[in-house]
Amino acid sequence: MSVELWTIFLVSLSFIAYLYIGWHTRAKGSADFFVAGRGVPSIANGAATAADWMSAASFISMAGLISFLGYDGSVYLMGWTGGYVLLALLLAPYLRKFGKYTVPDFVGDRYYSNIARLVAVVAAIFISMTYVAGQMRGVGIVFSRFLQVDINTGVIIGMIVVAFFAVLGGMKGITWTQVAQYGVLIVAYLIPAIAISVLLTGNPIPQLAFTFSDIVAKLNQIQVDLGFQEYTKPFANQSQLDVLFSTIALMVGTAGLPHIIVRFYTVPDVRSARFSAGWALLFIAILYTTAPALSSFARYNLIDSLHNKTVEEIQQLDWANKWEKTKLLTFEDKNGDGRIQLTPDKATSEITIDRDIIVLSTPEVAKLAPWVIALVATGGLAAALSTASGLLLVISSSIAHDIYYRIIDPNASEAKRVMAGRIMIGFAIAIAGYFGVNPPGFVAQVVAFAFGLAAASFFPVIILGIFDKRTNREGAIAGMLVGLIFTLFYIVGVKFYGMPPWFFGVSPEGIGTLGMAINFVVTFVVSRLTAPPPLEIQEMVEMLRTPGGETPPEAIH
Amino acid sequence: MEQDKHQAYWRANTALIRNLLIVWALVSIVFSILLVEPLNAVRLGGVPLGFWMAQQGSIFVFVALIFIYAVQMDKLDRKHDIDE
Repeated sequence: MSVELWTIFLVSLSFIAYLYIGWHTRAKGSADFFVAGRGVPSIANGAATAADWMSAASFISMAGLISFLGYDGSVYLMGWTGGYVLLALLLAPYLRKFGKYTVPDFVGDRYYSNIARLVAVVAAIFISMTYVAGQMRGVGIVFSRFLQVDINTGVIIGMIVVAFFAVLGGMKGITWTQVAQYGVLIVAYLIPAIAISVLLTGNPIPQLAFTFSDIVAKLNQIQVDLGFQEYTKPFANQSQLDVLFSTIALMVGTAGLPHIIVRFYTVPDVRSARFSAGWALLFIAILYTTAPALSSFARYNLIDSLHNKTVEEIQQLDWANKWEKTKLLTFEDKNGDGRIQLTPDKATSEITIDRDIIVLSTPEVAKLAPWVIALVATGGLAAALSTASGLLLVISSSIAHDIYYRIIDPNASEAKRVMAGRIMIGFAIAIAGYFGVNPPGFVAQVVAFAFGLAAASFFPVIILGIFDKRTNREGAIAGMLVGLIFTLFYIVGVKFYGMPPWFFGVSPEGIGTLGMAINFVVTFVVSRLTAPPPLEIQEMVEMLRTPGGETPPEAIH
Repeated sequence: MEQDKHQAYWRANTALIRNLLIVWALVSIVFSILLVEPLNAVRLGGVPLGFWMAQQGSIFVFVALIFIYAVQMDKLDRKHDIDE
């Protein structure tokens, strides 16, 4: 069977499984719809969080990025895992004890203000929309290559599937679908990684092969021979300060992402929330420790199979031809010597490789069986679709729950609230689809925006809301606004209006760290200059700090 | 719960968080970024140590930290009779 047939087969099979699960676990009430009835066991919630978390960027782009950046790619590895430590220790248990439906819910109640709630809603929607845009592009890439369909058609197929289980199943359906999607994506990631590891080093465990074989040393040597920096050399692409800032921004952003935080509302109790964060990171770490190994193997393999080969030899490589058609891989014999050379200089290099194809092409480069290649496509789709559905639910619940129910019509019936949620998901999917058809840019970069914004808006006000009783409404609103506006200004200015990065050359990916620091300072200072929060709020904070016992008033809707 | 018992619980909790966060910052920020160049002079298997910490080691430590936190908090909850 050809790669294309295998892909259609495996993708259809997995979609049928997701749809079945979505139908089987459909939501019956608002607690089911928004927080999965609070009955998800911690291991299952960990797997769902991991799938929710590992997006098209993690699955498709990350290994490629690391492959090109070498050491500097560690920003993504540490940033996207280190944040879970902050989340597990500083946020998850307390938010679970708080026991509401969304992050703006916490912000609105803790800061006794609908203005604070609204600022948080706007931030949540903004972050999720930025993020979802990247996912839809991921769906497009996978479909266009493996099903040989138009990107737009691929996006529409993806939208229909997401719509089905998100609208019908709400959080409950999504959670169980995501557990299945985690299974698909991790198997799809590990099989080719293990195969390549065996091929290059004889060791089946990529993590061990990476550390205890000579592959990294060989790669360093090849890189130097071709005029690149050593693969393991730090700060070849970014300054040390920028690496530091970018890592912290991703860590803190991870801890502040609304679609991840909301997952900790779905477990039965505080204890489960703590363990579920551990399971989530363990499941994530399986992929995240494989990625750097895969990156170095892929880089080595790619250079080894393309560099200094004749034009005829390359034309005989089936995978190279297919990727050439997508324009993500191009060859041009610039110096006319009949051979294709890879050099660090763009003007003379005869190979251009889009970073997004590293993971997707690796199995083919390593000549693995067609079904493995198809499995990788299926895994990429699982990653993109699970994250997209999680984000769409956050967007819709932010509007349906935080704006419609909490601000506009507090007397809305249960059925009306769930209906509002479903309608809003429909809208969100349409907008996400638009971004899929008109992609705003490179997958991982777009996602980095979301992190900077999450770091600069939510993280400080949630931390201070739990650990500092004196933080009040005025401080929180001022802090969120200043942090968000500053970070947005810097990112948009540098990315779109050619503004030079003026803060010690810190890149837009790293500026969220400064935005967060500014938020902390502003929140703290403004809180001290204004009246302390009312007594009942201070009592509520006390209660958040102790597990068990009764949940705060109003928590059970 | 009485006020002083409550405060003892909170103090133990924040002390645990602080200690674990110190380890978190050491492996990621200090070893993997600030001191990566001197650490790269040392080798672990076939790779420079600082590079390995940044790409693999710190992630293993992160996973361990969360489970240590969850287990220790379990004990603390039981000690203060507030386990669920």
